[in-house]
Amino acid sequence: MKILVAVKRVVDANVKVRVKSDGTGMELANAKMAMNPFCEIAVEQAVRMKEQGQAEEIVAVSIGPQVCQEQLRTALALGCDRGVLVTADGDVAPLQVARILKALLDRESPDLIILGKQSIDSDNNQVGQMLAALAGMGQGTFACKAELDDGRITVTREIDGGEQTVSLKLPAVVTTDLRLNEPRYASLPNIMKAKRKPIDQLTPADLGVDTASNLKTLRVSPPAEREAGIIVETVQDLVDKLKTDARVI
Amino acid sequence: MSILVIAEHDNASLKAASLNAVAAAAEIAGHLGQTEIHMLVAGHRCAAVVEAAAAIAGVAKVILADAACFEHQLPESLAPLARDLAGSYSHVLAPATTTGKNLMPRIAALLDVAQISDISAVESADTFVRPIYAGNALATVQSSDPVKIITVRITAFDAQGSGGAAPVENCDIVVEQDQSAFVDENLSVSERPELTSAKVVISGGRGMQNGENFVLLEKIADKLNAAIGASRAAVDAGFVPNDMQVGQTGKIVAPELYIAVGISGAIQHLAGMKDSKVIVAINKDAEAPIFQVADYGLVADLFKALPELEQAL
Repeated sequence: MKILVAVKRVVDANVKVRVKSDGTGMELANAKMAMNPFCEIAVEQAVRMKEQGQAEEIVAVSIGPQVCQEQLRTALALGCDRGVLVTADGDVAPLQVARILKALLDRESPDLIILGKQSIDSDNNQVGQMLAALAGMGQGTFACKAELDDGRITVTREIDGGEQTVSLKLPAVVTTDLRLNEPRYASLPNIMKAKRKPIDQLTPADLGVDTASNLKTLRVSPPAEREAGIIVETVQDLVDKLKTDARVI
Repeated sequence: MSILVIAEHDNASLKAASLNAVAAAAEIAGHLGQTEIHMLVAGHRCAAVVEAAAAIAGVAKVILADAACFEHQLPESLAPLARDLAGSYSHVLAPATTTGKNLMPRIAALLDVAQISDISAVESADTFVRPIYAGNALATVQSSDPVKIITVRITAFDAQGSGGAAPVENCDIVVEQDQSAFVDENLSVSERPELTSAKVVISGGRGMQNGENFVLLEKIADKLNAAIGASRAAVDAGFVPNDMQVGQTGKIVAPELYIAVGISGAIQHLAGMKDSKVIVAINKDAEAPIFQVADYGLVADLFKALPELEQAL
C-alpha cells in the first residue's frame, strides 16, 4: 500500500503574527516557520501505518516556494520515503491546492491520502474535502482514529456532538484532528539520512493546473482590541462586579 | 437568483446553528434585493425538521430531499445533491459547524468554485470578512465565482426569528454511492446547554490538573446554567473529550459570560472565545496572557476560588 501525505509550511504556532501596516497581509519576514501541526499528525499517522506493516511507501508533498523543502526534509526525517515539491510563489488557494494534489494522485495512485484538517494560517479547512470530491473518493475528515481493514478504512471523526464513525472504500482521503496521535520528534540520525532521500520538483503547469483563484483578498486588517479589564481581589468582588457592573449573572 | 441554506439537523430536530446561517443569508439578500431564501432539508423521515425550517422568518421555500441515502447526511451523498440544485442559486450557505465544514468544500469542488470559510461579516453580495491566523487578522475577500459556497461563523450572526410559513417542495433526487458508509455515532449526552449557543460558558485548562477536577466547574455550571468547555491543553492532556474544546481548531463561542479557569490564554484558545461579551479569568499566574483579554481577572488558586465561587452564587 502507498500513502500520500501533504504538508504545509506555515508560521510557527507559537508566533504571534501581526497584520502589515499597509493591510496587504501578515508580517512574516523573519518569522519562525514550521510544518503545520495538523500535517505533523498526518505524517505521524502514515509512518505508524508503515511501521505496522500496513504500508510500503509514503510520499510527502508540499506546495509553495523552494523553502518548503525544509518541511519536506522534516517529513522525510520522520519516516516518509520521498518528497515532491510543487513550486509556487505566493498563496495557492484551497481549490487550486486540491487540483494539484488530484493531478499527483493521477501520477502516484496512492491507496490512502492523509492531510491535516486545517492549516493554522489561512484557517480554511477545505483541501481534504475538495480533493476527495475531485477524485471521487470518500472522506474521513477530523479523524481521531483510523484503522485499515481489507480494502477499507474505518475512520472515527470528531464532530460537534461527540464522535462519528464511517467506513470508506480505498483509496480514500483522511484529514487529521488533534487526538489521532502524538507526533514524534525526528532523531539526529534520521535527519542525516533524510538528506539523501529524493525530492522531485514540479510546477503547477507541469501538472496542468492554473493557480489563479476567483477569490481575491481585498485587504487584511487587525481585529478590534478588547479594552483592558480589571483585577479583582476576592471571589466576592468578582461576583459583585458580575451582578452589578456587567449584569451577566 | 435565490439563496440556498442547507439545514443542519439529526432528522429529529433542526439545529440552532441553522438559524444563524439564515440570518447571514438574509443579510446577503438585503444587498441583492428581490432575493428569496430557500432551505434544503436533506435527510430521512425528518418531518419535524421540515416543520421547523418552514417556520423560520424569511425562508420562502423548503426543499425536502427525503430518502434513505440521506439519512446520515454523509457528504459523499449530500454534495452531489447540492451540486444538482446549485444551478438556481447565487449563494449556498451552511453554518461553520463540523457538519458544514465537512460538506461545503466538497460541494464547492464539485461545482469547480472556491469555498469561503467561516464568514463573520457580509460587506456586499460578493464580499465577506473572515478571520485568519487564529483570529489575529480579518481578511476581506471578494468572490467572482458564479455561485458562492459559504460557511457562516454562527457567533457572528444573531439567530433568525420565527414566524414564517414556507411551502415545502419535494425533491426526488437520490444519490447512491459506495465511497463511504455510516457505521455509528457516539454522542455526548448532556443536560447542559450546547457549548456554541450557551449564554454562559465556563472552561477549564491545564490548571485543572485532571478530568475529575472538572466536577468543580460542573457545580458552578449548574448554578449558572452554563456549558462547560476546555482548552486544547486540557483536551491534549486527556482530561476531557475533544467536543469540549474551545479554540482555533475547536469550537468558536461568544457567550454573554465566559469564565476561563486555569487557562493560560494561548492565542489558539483566545481565537475561540475572545468575542465573548464578558470574560472572567481565574488563574494563579498573574502573568498569564488570559488576563490581557479578561474584563475581570482573579489571581488565585482555582482549587480555593472555585468552591468559594460556587458558594457565592
